Amino acid sequence: MKPKYLPLTATIVIFVLSYALCVAQYPNILSTRVIGNLLTDNAFLGIAAVGMTFVILSGGIDLSIGSVIAFTGVFLAVVLENAAIHPLVAFAVALLIATLFGAVMGAIIHYLEMPAFIVTLAGMFLARGMAFVLSIDSIAIKHPFYGTLKGLYYKLPGGGRITLIGGLMLLVFGIGILIAHRTRFGTDVYALGGGTATAKLMGVPVGRTTIMIYALSGLLAGLSGIVFSLYTSAGYSLAAVGVELDAITAVVIGGTLLTGGSGFVAGTFIGILIQGLIQTYITFDGSLSSWWTKILIGLLLFAFILMQKGIVYVSRSERRHA
Amino acid sequence: MTAILRSYALRLLPQLIALAAILLMVSFVFPGFFRLEIQNGRLYGSLIDIFNRGAPVVLLAIGMTVVIATKGIDLSVGAVMAICGAVAASSITSGHSLAMTLLITLGTGILCGLWNGFLVAVLDIQPIIATLVLMVAGRGIAQLVTEGAILTFNDPGLIFLGSGSFAWLPLPVLIWLAFGILVALIVRKTALGMLIEAIGVNRQASTLSGVLTPVLLIAAYMLSGLCAAIAGIIAAADIKGADANNAGLWLELDAILAVVIGGTSLLGGRFSIAASVLGAIIIQSINTGILLSGFPPEFNLIIKAAIIVFILVLQSPPARNALTFVALLRASRKPTERQAR
Repeated sequence: MKPKYLPLTATIVIFVLSYALCVAQYPNILSTRVIGNLLTDNAFLGIAAVGMTFVILSGGIDLSIGSVIAFTGVFLAVVLENAAIHPLVAFAVALLIATLFGAVMGAIIHYLEMPAFIVTLAGMFLARGMAFVLSIDSIAIKHPFYGTLKGLYYKLPGGGRITLIGGLMLLVFGIGILIAHRTRFGTDVYALGGGTATAKLMGVPVGRTTIMIYALSGLLAGLSGIVFSLYTSAGYSLAAVGVELDAITAVVIGGTLLTGGSGFVAGTFIGILIQGLIQTYITFDGSLSSWWTKILIGLLLFAFILMQKGIVYVSRSERRHA
Repeated sequence: MTAILRSYALRLLPQLIALAAILLMVSFVFPGFFRLEIQNGRLYGSLIDIFNRGAPVVLLAIGMTVVIATKGIDLSVGAVMAICGAVAASSITSGHSLAMTLLITLGTGILCGLWNGFLVAVLDIQPIIATLVLMVAGRGIAQLVTEGAILTFNDPGLIFLGSGSFAWLPLPVLIWLAFGILVALIVRKTALGMLIEAIGVNRQASTLSGVLTPVLLIAAYMLSGLCAAIAGIIAAADIKGADANNAGLWLELDAILAVVIGGTSLLGGRFSIAASVLGAIIIQSINTGILLSGFPPEFNLIIKAAIIVFILVLQSPPARNALTFVALLRASRKPTERQAR
């Protein structure tokens, strides 16, 4: 097997093994109800994590997505409360704002040659601040269209439901995989992650690609915000704090190297499922306290980083001997 | 001596100007800003308040500067603050003496730093991920220590560290002043600072030229852990309790920002602890200033983001190049003017 598939394989093996362990203890975890809920509960995180995967593949980082999710939610709530426009129009406007926001951050990163970490940190403050300015209260969204959207689901055998937002996450992952592996933009992202100088020499349009990467991340954060507002039926400026960290963790557990240039969108999906599984297990168990989630995910993160180190080391020494 | 002082002043000039501008702006909208008075043997006033409230970020920024100078970053400091606050509270409530509590807490912080340093220096993991592990797990560990509750304590000695005063100044201010001067002296009066900068510029080259890279890297992260421990104690002592969920939340970002505003590059190399401390004070002045000036608190983050973006754009390579270009243009014009005369 090629070494580049090793992290992804390991992630999948660990997911299947831990799922089997959970099922051995609580057979109900195998039911389609639990699986449907796993998808629904993690839909917003998954959609945002797809954007984060592209950013990390290109060697960057985006700390602003949690704030953008909160901003989108508050924006939708305020607009739907005060203006008589259809939610679909509001969705389009919200997506446009989020995409532009990401594009501007990408432009600053490229043209002002500033580290992505600091630029998106400022973006995080700015987006959260804009959410605060719109409203500091939690606003419920009572538009009937929301009820219609929430009522849409595909019934699985066994009583489980793939809700609209769960299905949307699956769709976004599918499109993300296509973009990453079947388009010019996708290869440009991988090339950029391998090194800006080499990418430039190969003829990759560095500026355009950087801007598009952060615009895509912004767009998906906006979409994630819409999903989050559907999920909670409310907009709150303090919501979704720290989602960027969960997304980064999912990406790393999914086998993408944080140095960029190597990884798979599909891995991120497994990363999301592993995080969701840990939470589901702790809920099922009932006696474990919630803080074990954080500690377990931290340990898992550590184990995956170690494994990646080992793989890189082994593949390097193999190349040396060959 | 004057030459050294002048070079220091030149290095700190942008930060001092930024701070002065912000303080002046605040004093325009809030007239009594610079007033200081002594009550109960302690100085009171908005300026003192800035220094006092800024103590945790200043302390974190001191350790963060050294870590960033080695081309690293420490995302875990906020979580380490929470762990140390929890450890301090649970140790003092379980009957340990103040000295023992401080020893255990500072030891915990150094241990956290040792873990980060081990990952970065020995296992050779990128700093941003290596410290992400403790950032994610740390708050869980802190909650494990406090068992999910807010642990309160009423030991007068520990509380004194957060809200006491000595020689007219609040104790947190004295702590960060003393600690900052101590660290600055240690790195600048020995070759340590230069070696740290060497690692930041090129780790491999420094190792090859005989610098004990792993030891120094681990020491940098341990210093950062120690700073986080002191900040954690102050934060816990200030509210007389350990809040595992909120202590030090997002302070790692403020600390990194302070270092960047202080002009230390995230790419490692030359650093200045004094400039980072000024950066932290600038951030706190913005926070306090916005509160005092009576803006609706909703605008806090936006104003903060705008000021930060402005400072960062000024420091960005293209802006710097443009400034040097203008300076060169002026310098080259002078002789031609003379010739024309």
